[in-house]
Amino acid sequence: MITDELVQLLTPEGERVSHPEYRSELGREEILGFYRDMVIVRRLCNESTSLQRQGQLALWAPLQGQEAAQIGAGRALAPMDFTFPSYREHGVAWTRGVPPRDMLRIFRATTSGGWDPQRYRHSLPMVVLGDQTLHAVGYAMGIQRDGADEAVMTFFGDGASSQGDVLESFVWAASFNAPVVFVLQNNQWAISEPTSLQTKIPLYHRAHGFGFPGVRVDGNDVLAMYEVAKRAMDNARAGGGPTLIEAYTYRMGAHTTSDDPTRYRVDAEVEVWRHRDPIERVKALLAREFGAHKATFDEVAAEAEQLALQLREDVLAMDAPEPTMMFDHVYAEPHALTEAGRREMIELGLDGGH
Amino acid sequence: MAKQSMTMAKALNEGLRRAMEKDRKVLLIGEDIGKLGGVFRITDGLQKDFGEDRVIDAPLAESAIVGTSVGLAIRGYRMVVEIQFDGFVYPAFDQIVSQVAKLHKRSAGVYTMGLVIRLPFQGGIGAIEHHSESPEAYFVHTAGLRVVACSTPNDAYWMIQQSIEHDDPIIFCEPKSRYWEKGEVDLDNPPYGLFDAVVRRPGTDVTVVAYGSMVKTALRSAEVAESEGVSLEVIDARSLSPLDLDTIAASVEKTGRLVVVQEAPPAASVGSEIVAAVSERCFSSMRAPGTRVSAYHVPYPPSRIEDAFRPSVDRVMDAIDRVMGYDQ
Repeated sequence: MITDELVQLLTPEGERVSHPEYRSELGREEILGFYRDMVIVRRLCNESTSLQRQGQLALWAPLQGQEAAQIGAGRALAPMDFTFPSYREHGVAWTRGVPPRDMLRIFRATTSGGWDPQRYRHSLPMVVLGDQTLHAVGYAMGIQRDGADEAVMTFFGDGASSQGDVLESFVWAASFNAPVVFVLQNNQWAISEPTSLQTKIPLYHRAHGFGFPGVRVDGNDVLAMYEVAKRAMDNARAGGGPTLIEAYTYRMGAHTTSDDPTRYRVDAEVEVWRHRDPIERVKALLAREFGAHKATFDEVAAEAEQLALQLREDVLAMDAPEPTMMFDHVYAEPHALTEAGRREMIELGLDGGH
Repeated sequence: MAKQSMTMAKALNEGLRRAMEKDRKVLLIGEDIGKLGGVFRITDGLQKDFGEDRVIDAPLAESAIVGTSVGLAIRGYRMVVEIQFDGFVYPAFDQIVSQVAKLHKRSAGVYTMGLVIRLPFQGGIGAIEHHSESPEAYFVHTAGLRVVACSTPNDAYWMIQQSIEHDDPIIFCEPKSRYWEKGEVDLDNPPYGLFDAVVRRPGTDVTVVAYGSMVKTALRSAEVAESEGVSLEVIDARSLSPLDLDTIAASVEKTGRLVVVQEAPPAASVGSEIVAAVSERCFSSMRAPGTRVSAYHVPYPPSRIEDAFRPSVDRVMDAIDRVMGYDQ
C-alpha cells in the first residue's frame, strides 16, 4: 500500500507532483541520463537472466522493477563516496563504473569477488544478509577520523531489515553520528515472505526509534530517489549523521533464477506494479516536457542492445580459473596449511583443471 | 631499555601502547575499554593518552564491534578488537568467519583485513558461566584466519605488537588465568617469530605440547615427571594457525611420544589436529599413540568444580604413564 507519507515527484503517468520538502530541478540531460541508465541496466539484467537460462551463469538475481531506486541513489553519490551493496545492486554498480562483465563474474562462479572495490569505491556483493551495513558504519567512522568530506551509502532489503546486524548498525550509526545513508529497498518480498512478516510498522519508522530520520520514497520514481538520496548524503557529509531511506518498490522478477514466484504471489499484484514502472514514467516526462522523440529513445535502446551483446560475448569468454587460484589471497602472507594444499594439487597434477 | 618484570596484563598494555605510538592508524575498540581500561584493565590509561577516537568504547554488540572494524580496516585502519570474554565472541562469529576471514580473498587482495581480535580465553579464574571458554578451534578451522596464544608476559608484549603489524586477521588468545602472573619482559628484542613454536623445557622421553594457560601446567608436570625419572620436552605451540609442525615433529622424532594438553574439549580440537598431523609425519618414529589431555565434552562447569574440568598435573601424569607404558 502506498501512502501519502511517500515522497513522490513523478507519478506513474509521468506527471510531476509537488512535495513540500523536495523538488527536482534537473534538466533534460540529467533526466535523459537517468533514463539511459535504467534502460541499460534493465537490458543487461534481462540478458543475464537469459544467460543463466542457457546454462552460462550459476545464478542471477534480477533487479527488474528496482531500476529507479538504484539509479536515483547511485547518481546522488559523489565520486569519493563509498558504497556497500547487497547482492542485487547491479544498477548501483553501474553508476559506480563497475564494468558489467565484472558484475557477472561472481554469477558465472569464476570468482568470489569480481572487481577492485577500492577503484570503483563500491564494495563486493554481500550474500550474508545485512553484514555490509556494519562495514558501512565502520567505514563511515573512518571517514570521521580522517576528517574527509565523504559519506557512505549501504543497501539492503526488507528481508534483511530483520537481521540483528542491520539493527546493530542503526545503533552504531546513531551513537557515533556516522556519515552513512541506509537505503532499504522494500521490494515487498524476501524470496517468498511478504514484508508484513518482517515488520508491523512502515520500515522507515524504525529509524526514529534509533534516533535518526527515516523517509519513505517512491522507489520507482528516479527523481524522488535522487533528491532524497542527495540530500541525505549532503547531510551526512556535513556532519548531520545517518538517514534511513526506504525505497518503496517492487521486485518484478523472481528473487533469483532459482526461485518460482508463482508459488507465493498472484499475477494481479504484479500487474498493479507493472503500471508503476520506473522507466515508462520517465519516458513520458521526457516526451511531454522535453520534447524527446522516438529517435532519442531508439538510440538509447540501441546502445543497451549493443552493451547486452558485448556482455554476452564477455561472459562466454570467461573460462573457469586455474584451480590453484583457490589458494591465492587466502592470506596476505603464506600460511603453511594453505601452501601445503597448493603443493599437493600441483604434485598430483590436479592443477590443470580441464 | 633492557628488561623489566611485569604481569601479562601490564605487558599487553605496554605492547598496545607501543603499537599505538608507532602507527597512528592503530585503533582499539571494545566494551568498557576506555575510562575503565577494560574489565581486565588491559587497556588501562590508553584512552586518556590516545583519545576517544583511537580507543573506542563500543556499544554492547559484539557483531557490530567486529563488523564496524571490518569497515574501518577497509578504510585503512589497523583495528585491535577486545572481546570482553571468550563466551561473548559467538554473536560476532558470522562477521569473523564470513567477513574477516574471507574479504581479503574475495577482493583479490585489495582489502587488508589486518584485524587483531583479542580474546581473553580459558578458565581457572572462578568465574560464572560464559566467562571461561576455549573457542579457539572454531577459528583454527577457518581458512583466512590465524590464531595465536601467548603464555608469558614477554610473549604477550611482543606477540601483540607482531600481530598488529601482521596483515592477516589474527585471533589473539590471552589466557586470563595468567594475566596477573609476573615475568621478565625484554623491551628491546622480540624473542621469536609470531608463528614459531618454542621449546620451553628440553627433554628426551615425551613431547608435551601445550598453549596458553596449559603451558604452566605442562611445565609443572615436567618437574613431577623428572622426580619420577621421566624427561618431558615441553613445547609452547604459541601459534595454533598455522601450527609450527616442524618444531613439534622434530621433537617427536626425538622422543617418540606425544601428549597434547589443552583446556578445550577434545572433539575436533587443536589437540586433535596436532596429534593427527604429527602421526602423518612421524608415524615410524612413534613409540606410542599421540594422546590428548583435554577438558571434558561438557559445557564449562560451575567454577567451584572447574579444577576437575581443566587438565591438571595429575591428568597429564596419567597420560605420561600411558604413553610410557607402551614400551613395557
